Amino acid sequence: MELNDNNFEQEVLNYQDGPVLVDFYAPWCGPCQTMGPILEDLAKELAGGKAKIFKLNVDENNVIAGKYGVMSIPTLILFEKGQIKETMVGLQNREILKQKLQG
Amino acid sequence: MKNYDVIIIGGACAGLSSAIYTSRRELKTLVLTNDIGGQISTTTEVENYPGFLSIKGPELAMKFKEQAEKSGAEIKFEKALAISKVEDEYIIKTASEEYQAPVVILAFGLKQRTLGVPGEKELTGRGVAYCATCDGPLFRNKKVAVVGGGNSAFDATEYLSGLAEKVYLFVRRDVYRAEDILIEAVKAKANVEIMDFTDIEEFVGQGKLAKVRIVNNQTLVKNEIELDGVFIEIGWQSMVNDITGLKDLIDVDEREYVVVDNQAKTSAEGIFAAGDVTNTPFKQAVISAGEGAKAAMNAAVYIQHKRGKEIGDQFSDRAKRK
Repeated sequence: MELNDNNFEQEVLNYQDGPVLVDFYAPWCGPCQTMGPILEDLAKELAGGKAKIFKLNVDENNVIAGKYGVMSIPTLILFEKGQIKETMVGLQNREILKQKLQG
Repeated sequence: MKNYDVIIIGGACAGLSSAIYTSRRELKTLVLTNDIGGQISTTTEVENYPGFLSIKGPELAMKFKEQAEKSGAEIKFEKALAISKVEDEYIIKTASEEYQAPVVILAFGLKQRTLGVPGEKELTGRGVAYCATCDGPLFRNKKVAVVGGGNSAFDATEYLSGLAEKVYLFVRRDVYRAEDILIEAVKAKANVEIMDFTDIEEFVGQGKLAKVRIVNNQTLVKNEIELDGVFIEIGWQSMVNDITGLKDLIDVDEREYVVVDNQAKTSAEGIFAAGDVTNTPFKQAVISAGEGAKAAMNAAVYIQHKRGKEIGDQFSDRAKRK
């Protein structure tokens, strides 16, 4: 699901029931294009559970991107109860992400 | 345990080209990879791949992927962590699965070198970057530097010159290894300053990069330059140590590149290798693709002989006649 400057707080910071992974990406970034389908696939696998996966286009939403100091893409930030639990820079391994989301 | 005819490690030019060929020969093919395209996925324009005047790296990579999948290959985004031999087949372990096949094709390329200087690790992703095409636009109108003297560095510099206010190019010597056409293009950019014999000694910044400490390695004169970003493009190194057990099975050279003959065969029966992961002297997309196809064809012949199947096709006949 696509996030933007307006719904970020609602969907990510206010979600209290589980981990939230946000993929900060941009359409012109090669590795992001690989990450996209991996995350979609992972989201399908975890559907119905407590974890959520979102993505945010940094080009179009520079308020949120700037707020979290995103200087490299892809950057994936794992939130829990509105707080940053972990920041990962660069292409991430699917299995490691799955482990982090399943807790 | 999941069984395949061929397991290909690496999903870029070499690996996907192999996958196209093995799948088209009806060999059950698995590609294990971290990403699609490897080095070309972070290349802006590829202008030297025959057949395409100019094509974006990620786009070319996706075409390879589409063709491999259409041919019947299975692609899984799992990292190969270990390899072992059991009788005459190979077992490859990822974090979640084990896969077995009589043939393995190594096509996992190389990873980027780091400078290994203070501040580099801490400021990675906070101003120190390794991919100009990924992060460049985040430095619009800022001051950046590129480190390196080859095609990757010159490519990054050319790309960044269109975005940043100023681009420095720090080169270790005064000899550039990039293609002449690219060197000339970069030299012509008004906002690019090439500094020869320059090394970075330290990255400085609190939470994000503020400046670099540099030294001229001939005069030993030191300096400081305030920068918002530095892109490190100093070359590539082997990843063979990332797969436990691999070096027990195959020979590597002094730079840890996989040694292959001109038929993509490694020193181990049933293991082939193609592309940048090998000791091939020229690392180019078309060469990787070509070697990938070669590896696949030899793999197909190997399997046919192994299974004692009737040799009824042109590839096996040629191999027999040799």
